[in-house]
Amino acid sequence: MTTDPSRVMERLDKPAGGRRTSLDDSPGYRAFRVVNTIVLLGVVAVTLYPFVNIVAQSFSSEVYIRTGQVNLVPRGFNLDTYKLVASDPAFWNSYLNTVIYTVTATAISIVLTTIYAYVLSKHRLKGRGLLVGIAVFTMFFNGGLIPNYVLVNGLGMTNTIWAIVLPNAISVFNLLVMKAFFESLPTELEEAAAIDGLNTYGILLRIVLPLSKAVLATMVLFYAVANWNSWFQAFLYLDRADLFPVTVYLRNMIAGATSATSVGAVETNAVAISANIKAVTMVLTVLPIIAVYPFIQRYFVSGVMLGAVKQ
Amino acid sequence: MTTQISEPAADTAPDKPGRPPGTARSPRYRTTWRKAFKRDWQLYTLVIVPLLFFLVFRYAPMLGNVIAFRKFVPGGSIYGETWVGLRYVKMFINDPNFWEVFGNTMALGALSLVFTFPLPIVLALLLNEVRSRYFKRFVQTVSYLPHFLSIVIVAGMVMQLVSLEGTVNQVVRALGGEAVSFIQDPSWFRTIYVSSEVWQTVGWGTILYLAALTTIDSQLYEAARIDGANRWQQTWHVTLPGIRPTMITLLILNIGTFMAVGFEKVLLLYNPLTYPTADVISTYLYRVGLVSNNFSYAAAIGLFESVIGLTLILSANAISRRTVGTSLW
Repeated sequence: MTTDPSRVMERLDKPAGGRRTSLDDSPGYRAFRVVNTIVLLGVVAVTLYPFVNIVAQSFSSEVYIRTGQVNLVPRGFNLDTYKLVASDPAFWNSYLNTVIYTVTATAISIVLTTIYAYVLSKHRLKGRGLLVGIAVFTMFFNGGLIPNYVLVNGLGMTNTIWAIVLPNAISVFNLLVMKAFFESLPTELEEAAAIDGLNTYGILLRIVLPLSKAVLATMVLFYAVANWNSWFQAFLYLDRADLFPVTVYLRNMIAGATSATSVGAVETNAVAISANIKAVTMVLTVLPIIAVYPFIQRYFVSGVMLGAVKQ
Repeated sequence: MTTQISEPAADTAPDKPGRPPGTARSPRYRTTWRKAFKRDWQLYTLVIVPLLFFLVFRYAPMLGNVIAFRKFVPGGSIYGETWVGLRYVKMFINDPNFWEVFGNTMALGALSLVFTFPLPIVLALLLNEVRSRYFKRFVQTVSYLPHFLSIVIVAGMVMQLVSLEGTVNQVVRALGGEAVSFIQDPSWFRTIYVSSEVWQTVGWGTILYLAALTTIDSQLYEAARIDGANRWQQTWHVTLPGIRPTMITLLILNIGTFMAVGFEKVLLLYNPLTYPTADVISTYLYRVGLVSNNFSYAAAIGLFESVIGLTLILSANAISRRTVGTSLW
């Protein structure tokens, strides 16, 4: 098991079995490879099209969008919609909320996940099996929407940041990935540190964590992206517009309502928000993710594989 | 020494500290709780806060399901005032809306399973045949991208694409058809839901298969070639059996989430006009419970849903263990 992302990628790049023989040049296989390349290019095109379409709309004039003339390139190019959205204080407020929620929730999640995973990685610990079971069982059975809602309300967390950052603080999947990583660290090192007089907390802070930067970075990414993208917790537990994260702001905009939730708002009513404003908001919401995506993607891949190796 | 540690051996199996890999817990080495606490009390203190998280936010709601058997009175205790037994269970068994949403859940779950389970396998096999590592990585990078999007963004994109003047209707018109109001039309909901699900998950779903493909022993391919197997036969007799454990694991997990069909996505994509095909158990209980404040009734429906989900995953796991010898636990 390796944790260095580039090594994982190298392994993934290797063709299975290293089959390179004259059989590769049989006419049938050559034909297959041409078809295969075309199919994969098709997959790429279909995957990218919605993004290109939204970006094109965000730079276009509303009138061209309404008449269905914007597909791959902007028509009636302008930056006015960007200026309009950027001048809306509610948008920036929700953007700031998203940043605050993401940072806080990620920090809490990392601390809780790390310490629980560290304890679970100690095989000599009595009761460890029970601790693993407590976590894993929640993957297959959960309390359900209503009891969760009642609980969060009962704890008085409605309309506070805690309703967003606490109820999903530990992801069991991430926990298992981290546990697998800690188990792969050599025990001798911790034993040596113990002989040198470090206690458990010291070993965790000064020996284990410095060796775990790769997996910690992966976990930060997993949690941060999940928090950035989440909307339902906020939708459920926040009713003040000034607390909304940008995803809820966007959802309300797409649903055709300006602030309060209105189920079944009809498209033709006066508050219907024009397509280019929606497009700009969507672009601005995904922008941070798209911007860092090429750099973080391989960490995700190795993280997922680390979790898979365990099974 | 540190350098040695920062580069864990790539191909060794994960070390199990404390006991040799593959052996069960040694029965001779039993410590009493008192001794364990004395030795590991610092580890036990670390566990308190995360454990509290699980107890409060995961196990308390499980117990909170008692409200499914109690009558809730507005203004009274949130956990209900009187015991009513199976009253709410009977209520949903006799509720025609419930059976409609139950059917919709089954249909969406089955359709998602039929499409989102095999397609990543196919894509992984196709990617595996690509020679240029740059092209392969390019396709992978692009196909993972939708996985990183918020469901709100995905719903927004879907709405734009299938709107009256959206791209899909332009294609329909170009082919000489009439524009369809897809988002208001119940007969299109399942198609829209499943295709957006495929779009979002297919690339990411290939990761585990591609990883499994790299672990197949190349000698098997050589042996197959010596026996005269062509590419297709090699795929059928070597590659597919090689990734079978991964396939089964993911199938069991998929079956386990069968009932929990994309609640958030349905909630974002449906509207009263498409309820006949779009409304699923979770969205129905959301409306009954949180929009109409029928907490007990909705909790009963939710409990029913969770129990079916648990039963599905337990039986899928058991069947798989008996028949093919692969299981999650």
